[in-house]
Amino acid sequence: MPIFGITASSNMTTKLTDFYQIATTTLTGNQLQIDFDNIPQGYTHLQLRIIARNTEATTDSQTTFRFNDDSGANYSSHYLRGTGASASSGANTSNTKGYLGWNTGSSSTASNFGVYIVDILDYTNTNKYKTTRSLNGYDNNGSGNLWFVSSNWRSTSAITKISLTGDNQAGRNFVQYSRFDLYGIKG
Amino acid sequence: MAATYTPIASITLGAAAASVTFSSIPQTYTDLVCVVSAKAASTAFDLYLQFNGDTGNNYSWTALSGTGSAASSTRNSNGPAIQLDNQGSVRTGDFTANIVHIMNYSNSTTNKTVLARANSSTGVDLNVGLWRNTAAITSATLYINSFAVGSTFNLYGILGSN
Repeated sequence: MPIFGITASSNMTTKLTDFYQIATTTLTGNQLQIDFDNIPQGYTHLQLRIIARNTEATTDSQTTFRFNDDSGANYSSHYLRGTGASASSGANTSNTKGYLGWNTGSSSTASNFGVYIVDILDYTNTNKYKTTRSLNGYDNNGSGNLWFVSSNWRSTSAITKISLTGDNQAGRNFVQYSRFDLYGIKG
Repeated sequence: MAATYTPIASITLGAAAASVTFSSIPQTYTDLVCVVSAKAASTAFDLYLQFNGDTGNNYSWTALSGTGSAASSTRNSNGPAIQLDNQGSVRTGDFTANIVHIMNYSNSTTNKTVLARANSSTGVDLNVGLWRNTAAITSATLYINSFAVGSTFNLYGILGSN
């Protein structure tokens, strides 16, 4: 418990002018897939900020993505994971989806959600394959995981649509109060 | 599209202090981001976070850490605060870089989860923390044993599109 302290409560109104709202989805009920389509092409990078929980009857549930409805084996991912007891790293290649990490499932403590901050770099560039970076975690007061994940989509197409699912599995729905915010960052 | 990532408050310490509190946090944003550049005044110490003055054992955290020679993970349950670092603790010699994301802080339906990155001269950490409370966050207190003069604390608000 702190003894001495400094307290601040100033209100500032200046905005950093390179970070822009694009779209938000807040769930009022269960939903299998979240789509951001017709993504504006006027930014340099995208950032997804997510809190999510899934109906999957497990402690944790995996969230994956596809770009532009591409379901081909054009994705690869690498991760660094912390379980609270050990750290590990792994990868997969030629997958049909990219990976963001894991959020809570229905066996987790009620009201606990996982969080994600996902950066999608140079998403409009038509000369590069696209790389994402996800910082993700959830904590259940005694269990939990942290994931630091990169995924690569082997396409030079500009990204115009992002789809998020519970590992593209039927019956794995994001639950009420899950929230998905998409932002654009200018260069 | 509207610009966001708005500065809310900024503190630069002119004297050593054990804690810094952001109070009366506006409830008009979706997420908060706290950026900390801190140094310890006396001995190295971990950086902790409490919400709304709650000092009960209502917090837990999990850390993923790297020291330069090994990676590891650890956790703590039923503690009085969220620890925001592990190997990258606040040092006396160098300023630590901490970026703390307080997700969906103003909603009153979910427990609050924090994602934090810590970088110091001794290591790097990614931490996730849980406050088992659905209350909207109106104040946030960061503390160690004693922050050194020149430590800075900046709080930003990010607002989603609806």
